[in-house]
Amino acid sequence: MKKIEAIIREERLDAVKNALEEKSYFGMTVSEVSGRGKQKGIPLQWRVGEYRVDLLPKLKIELVVLDDDVTTAIDAIVQNARTGETGDGKIFVLPVETVVRVRTGDRNESAI
Amino acid sequence: MPINTGDTAWLLMSSALVMLMTPGLALFYGGMVRRKNVLSTIMMSFACLGLVGLLWVLYGYSLAFGTDHGGFIGGFNFLGLKNVGQTASAVYATTVPHLAFMIFQAMFAVITVALFTGAVVERVKFSALCVFSALWLTLIYLPTAHWVWGSGGWLAKLGVLDFAGGTVVHINAGVSALALVLLLGRRRGFPQDPMEPNNIPMVVLGAGLLWFGWFGFNAGSALTSGGLASSAFVATNTAAAAAAFTWMIISWIHKRPTVLGTVTGAVVGLVAITPAAGFVTPLAGIAIGAIASIISYYGMVLLKIKRGMDDSLDVFACHGLGGIWGALATGLFATVSVNSAGANGLFYGHAMQFLKQLVGVGSVAGFAFVGTMLLGKLVDIVIGLRVGQVEETVGLDISQHGERAYGGFLR
Repeated sequence: MKKIEAIIREERLDAVKNALEEKSYFGMTVSEVSGRGKQKGIPLQWRVGEYRVDLLPKLKIELVVLDDDVTTAIDAIVQNARTGETGDGKIFVLPVETVVRVRTGDRNESAI
Repeated sequence: MPINTGDTAWLLMSSALVMLMTPGLALFYGGMVRRKNVLSTIMMSFACLGLVGLLWVLYGYSLAFGTDHGGFIGGFNFLGLKNVGQTASAVYATTVPHLAFMIFQAMFAVITVALFTGAVVERVKFSALCVFSALWLTLIYLPTAHWVWGSGGWLAKLGVLDFAGGTVVHINAGVSALALVLLLGRRRGFPQDPMEPNNIPMVVLGAGLLWFGWFGFNAGSALTSGGLASSAFVATNTAAAAAAFTWMIISWIHKRPTVLGTVTGAVVGLVAITPAAGFVTPLAGIAIGAIASIISYYGMVLLKIKRGMDDSLDVFACHGLGGIWGALATGLFATVSVNSAGANGLFYGHAMQFLKQLVGVGSVAGFAFVGTMLLGKLVDIVIGLRVGQVEETVGLDISQHGERAYGGFLR
């Protein structure tokens, strides 16, 4: 089992969500995050002049999938989150030791 | 003279309108600071309603409007509102109860003190600010209010025109703000760290309340509810409109038409028309407002960006420069066809009036600057004007007030 953490642009959420759903990955957790990478922030305007905001709002999608599904899920995310400009985000894949479904107590593969 | 019910109704309503400007200013300022300092910034304005509201009835009104002493200060004859009752004053607003005129003036004192706090947000110690505010009201506001509006005040006798407080309120607050900035220094991290406004919609709401309340401020200053109030009302709205529009265009020329800039422009226009509102034609408001935005915008560029001065919410650029321009513009555009109690300005063949306005600007600005420097230094030595490094980094909401603006685990 692997956990996929994808940092994406806010405006790409619907497309990514729909693509994952099409491949039957329904469960996910989405949170608002701030971060920075090569995009380096954006200038915003004050009454006069500008100031630079270098931590930009992004979304983090977290989902846990079977080992065999990692590539399919990543492809779905990459294809739909990509614009080609800096700031498209990053994907991290982490091993997962245990999964528990709270309602039933099911463990691991049957809990995903 | 008998009490006129129409005048009284309008003046009481105007007093309420001006009162609402202070919470409006609290939101205007509060939205512009960082999240950790919202409440402290709001409190700096709101606390004035308590502090100045008390001092005003105890002795403030008396020292500003009591029997004249040498043109410089009022006497003690209205101490604790003695002799200020339900009948009209013999000198001020002679068609309304003296109490109504007194409370109208109270609201001006409240907001003037609140205005300069915008320069020192995010780093000033609240206790020091309270003490400074009481001293400033007593030793700077009350004398200058007497000079300009008090019966026998030396600037009033000289013939300086200030319809609703361009010198007493705006130049006073703006120049004092500049002096406080010099005493206090920059916020930690300014200008290299982003000082992002936490809530611009709150700034817009505040600006809206200010604009709304300003009708009481300016049209109420007619002290009657007739034609003069209407003329001042229209001049006020016209100047605000012209200034908001002008700022929007300047901002657009430089990059994008910002909301923060446009509402700032409206406030600057309102500042500039304040001394002129009841002396100039409503259409003069267009030039007064539009030029005010240009002066204030480039003043901000010069002070904040070129010189790196951290007048945090641009009180000097908005109220100091806007007020100075408004006071001088009154000397250009004033005409007795609008107000027979006024005078003709330079454009109506009376250059002397412009010189009188210069005297008004120079004396109030000079007095406010030197006075604030001295009082501020005194408070700095005795209490300390600035919070410590940790308190500033944590934010004044928690360090000064033990509260935070946006509670709860989830946003």
